[in-house]
Amino acid sequence: MNASTLIPVILLLPLAGALFCGLVGLFVPALRQREGLIGVVGTAMVIVPFLAVLYLFLNFDGGAIVVEFYTWMAAGDLSVAFAYRVDQLSLVMTLVVTGVGGLIHLYSIGYMHGDPGYWRFFAYLNLFIFAMLNLVLGDNLVVLFLGWEGVGLCSYLLIGFWYTDLKNSAAANKAFIMNRVGDFCFLLAMFLLFRELGSLDFDVLLVQGPSLDEGVLYLTVFLLFMGATGKSAQIPLFTWLPDAMAGPTPVSALIHAATMVTSGLYLLARFSPLVLAAEGIMAFIAIIGALTAIMAATIAITQNDIKKVLAYSTVSQLGFMFLATGVGAFFVAIFHVVMHAFFKGCLFLGSGSVIHAMHDVEHQLSQKLEPEGHTGKFDPQDMRTMGGLKKFMPSTRITFLIATLAIAGIPLLSGFFSKDEILFRAFESASTNDYGMLVWIVGMVTAFLTAVYMIRAYVLTFEGEPRWPKADTIQPHESPWTMTLPLWVLAILSIVGGYIGLPGVFAHGDWNLIHHYLGESFGGPLAEVHGEAHVALSTEWILLALGAAIAIAGVALGWYWYSKHGPAFDDRLRSRFGRLYRAAEGKYFVDEAYEKVIVKPLIVGAEKGLAPFDTYVVDGLVNAVAFITRGLSFVLKYIQTGVVQIYAMAIVIGVILVLAMMMFG
Amino acid sequence: MDLTQSFSSLGADIIVSAPLVLTMVMGLVIVVLDAFRRNHVATPWIAALTLAFGLVMEITRIGAASGTAYYDLLRVGGMAAYVNALIFGSGLLTVILARPYLESIGHHIGEVYALILFASTGMIVLGTANSLITIFVGFETMSICLYILTGLVRTNQGATESALKYFLLGAFATGFLLYGIALMYGATGTMYLHEMQSAVGDHQTMFRSGVGLLLVGFLFKVSAVPFHMWTPDVYQGAPTPLVGYMSTASKSAAFASLILVLYLALPSTQWIGVVAVIALLTMVIGNVIALAQTNVKRMLAYSSIAHAGYILVGLAAGSPEGYSGALFYLLVYTVMNIGAFGVIALLEWDGTQGSEQSLDSLSGIGYKKPLLAWSMVFFMFGLAGFPPLGGFIGKVAVFGPAIHSGLTWLAIVGVLTSAVSAYYYLRVLVVFFMKESNPDVATDNITFSVPGMSAAVIVLCVIMLIVLGIVPTFLDVTASFFDGNMLATLP
Repeated sequence: MNASTLIPVILLLPLAGALFCGLVGLFVPALRQREGLIGVVGTAMVIVPFLAVLYLFLNFDGGAIVVEFYTWMAAGDLSVAFAYRVDQLSLVMTLVVTGVGGLIHLYSIGYMHGDPGYWRFFAYLNLFIFAMLNLVLGDNLVVLFLGWEGVGLCSYLLIGFWYTDLKNSAAANKAFIMNRVGDFCFLLAMFLLFRELGSLDFDVLLVQGPSLDEGVLYLTVFLLFMGATGKSAQIPLFTWLPDAMAGPTPVSALIHAATMVTSGLYLLARFSPLVLAAEGIMAFIAIIGALTAIMAATIAITQNDIKKVLAYSTVSQLGFMFLATGVGAFFVAIFHVVMHAFFKGCLFLGSGSVIHAMHDVEHQLSQKLEPEGHTGKFDPQDMRTMGGLKKFMPSTRITFLIATLAIAGIPLLSGFFSKDEILFRAFESASTNDYGMLVWIVGMVTAFLTAVYMIRAYVLTFEGEPRWPKADTIQPHESPWTMTLPLWVLAILSIVGGYIGLPGVFAHGDWNLIHHYLGESFGGPLAEVHGEAHVALSTEWILLALGAAIAIAGVALGWYWYSKHGPAFDDRLRSRFGRLYRAAEGKYFVDEAYEKVIVKPLIVGAEKGLAPFDTYVVDGLVNAVAFITRGLSFVLKYIQTGVVQIYAMAIVIGVILVLAMMMFG
Repeated sequence: MDLTQSFSSLGADIIVSAPLVLTMVMGLVIVVLDAFRRNHVATPWIAALTLAFGLVMEITRIGAASGTAYYDLLRVGGMAAYVNALIFGSGLLTVILARPYLESIGHHIGEVYALILFASTGMIVLGTANSLITIFVGFETMSICLYILTGLVRTNQGATESALKYFLLGAFATGFLLYGIALMYGATGTMYLHEMQSAVGDHQTMFRSGVGLLLVGFLFKVSAVPFHMWTPDVYQGAPTPLVGYMSTASKSAAFASLILVLYLALPSTQWIGVVAVIALLTMVIGNVIALAQTNVKRMLAYSSIAHAGYILVGLAAGSPEGYSGALFYLLVYTVMNIGAFGVIALLEWDGTQGSEQSLDSLSGIGYKKPLLAWSMVFFMFGLAGFPPLGGFIGKVAVFGPAIHSGLTWLAIVGVLTSAVSAYYYLRVLVVFFMKESNPDVATDNITFSVPGMSAAVIVLCVIMLIVLGIVPTFLDVTASFFDGNMLATLP
């Protein structure tokens, strides 16, 4: 089997699954309740492609393979084919998408149990996988854009999955609309590249792109990056991601942590030769990434909703990845993408397991309280009502703890290696640019904050005493195996995953497998900084130790504070940091600022200025045209009298016309 | 001519034209069968299988090199096979759609199938004709069958009236056609199309007026303005599924023949002007009058007039690209129109064969017959030319070549009139889905069920329409007919 037979399998099975689940659910209502059938088909349609990708991965010989199916559109100089590219970068991304995606599908079988929209959920989820595969496998910008918009659509559908609650629909709209801003920039970049290079195929763009005019190149990379900020939730377009937590938790894990939000990174990594050639924009990217990282980390400390904490953590970690991109370490960004998919996937699924259990508690409580006339409702996502869950949910607790330590950067776990590599590259680049040191310091602070807020989330959820009402009589239960199995797999990957990218202190970087796989200097697709500054081995060791110390300190302090004081420690922080804390708690009032500066003026302008213009001028013109045409129509209708002589007369007139034109024309 | 050799190639000719011969023979078989066993249950099946056989045979030969048969009177293979496949295909779908319809209006009679087969024979002869004689023979065989089919329901005054009108005007137009043939023969001394251009000599004026008159005959058949006035009456009066057949298969045959005549007989510079003007008139008048129609079938009649205009735009381009675009458009148009008339036929539950059926009587039908109504969504969007359906690609395929040939103004008119057409196509959907059902016609009481075979045909049309829209390789097929060897392979 070769790539050209496997690629259709990989791409089309998820689509087939989406169609199956969607059409069956739509047209055969009786089968909607057959959760086993729908869940197994939906999951298999991702697992089988995963195995196919694995096969491709194991048999990959290092040369990029392009599989072209047929010309999708051709007009003038533009020719776009359904072409897919198998190379190191797309293989890594595809493995993550199908692998983590498959696990999350498996998890969803249990998590979505009993939901009336079960079939719809799996249809959307499979469709998402299809779109995501188009995104990472496409060999030209148009196919990539097809996937890009496809994942945006699925994200919208899944955020608003429980659409009967207006809040969820609003969150879906917000995500979609903010993404449009980014997509618009992406489109402009595409137009620009096509105008300059006359093609949208990667082969052409990556080879000729770096030698573009400096101004054009800067603008293109800037626009690409703005596109990426939309999809990957960076300043200024990040506010949709926390709201996107309105969707079911597996969606948050798959789309809003592991895969879709990393597509911005994929885009920049794919275009790494162009990005690397635009130095000024790289500085911009690094600074935006660093700012996003620290800003989101400070917000995460103040949040009480467990999913919100994870959402801001995702924004923060994405910031880290952009920071890596900004200092030219593309392979490290992808390394962190993969590691992040493991531990953040695990964390989200763990939080889902917790929420699942807390829903059960809520249910039991309302049954208990019903005779007394209370509803027993509380927020099952609020960590202040959790606590002590480790007794009841051992698997969830251990896997959550592992993933927490991994993201915090505790040595020898996956997050340690990837985060440390990012910070090291930032430090290293400081000798050749002016911003490296700044982003390094910000990154170190953020790493500390990360350890603190993650351990806070863990301790408040699992340690201490239960804090939900009637905790003495109501006991939550561990989730079924379909939910804990993915947790364990992801937890184990969070432990061992990091060993594909051991730092340079070991064997002079020869053990950094992912670097050897992806890096340009080893025949991979990701560009690298040439003639990079050398950092002494001792310095490297010191940096490594510093990173480990910061992570351990963060974890230890966080554990101490929150296991001793519980949620009350937040009040101490509030009184200590005052305004700063309140600003972080209020998410730096970015939403409010957007509301005031952009949304309100737009609405007012539309109402006062555009609406009258539309009503009187545009509609007036359209109506005038319609009126005239219809009038003409009614007049002409009377020629059609039904009298056959008149018809013959018309023919004669026509004959005269034709003959005259033939003989004299 | 050495008569001893006359029949030497007959065996080979019959084999290469097997679908044509079989269709004719089976038509006769049905006539005989019907004489002894009135309305035998097998009759529709015989017709359907014959047409299906022809369809399969011709599809397999589309890629083959083109040639001629019967002393160069007919062409086979290549473009001829494509046209024949269109004719067989629309005949087959029509037979499947027509049976339950004719039963429901109480006119399920065996002749219908014989007439469809004879009409198909005539269309094939016309569509593959390589000589003026075969053009005329095919033209008349087809026309006479269509006159009869129009007046099939003899008890219905409207149907009889429209059949008579069709016949009178058709005879009138045939007169011009025949006169044109006579003048062309007079000017060149040959009946073969491919020999004409070199044989004209000094008789340019005579020849060109001959071509003009021949053109009139064709333009009448494809219902181009101002030769279109029979169309609404006939479409309104004739049984609905058969209208789908008339409006597609006969157009395919006539356009295919016209393309060949224009391609072979005269340099394109001499007729581009007249075809462009006719195309312009047809698009404008067809679309504008369609706006004011309240009767569904009349609306679709004007719509088919408008579509003849779009196809004429492809012809007016006068380039192989334009011809292949027009041929592609015929395929898309066949799929859309058979589907649309099929849906309308199935929605005629009142038994008056739809001649009085107003659009408003179908209010709210979308929720009662979702399959039909949703299929109609595709057909209406396809006819209006929305991407990604076949109708869009078809319009690109005819307007694009026109622009390349410098007829930008014509393409602009085409696009503007397409925009106008969206109004009346989408109004159908508005009525279907967004209007309350009409209490006067009590659609609540309708209990008719959709026959499985008919539903399958409709769904097939929808699928074809989508496939034609997203798989552009069909255009390469029609383009391959004109890549220079078509002339070369002719003797």
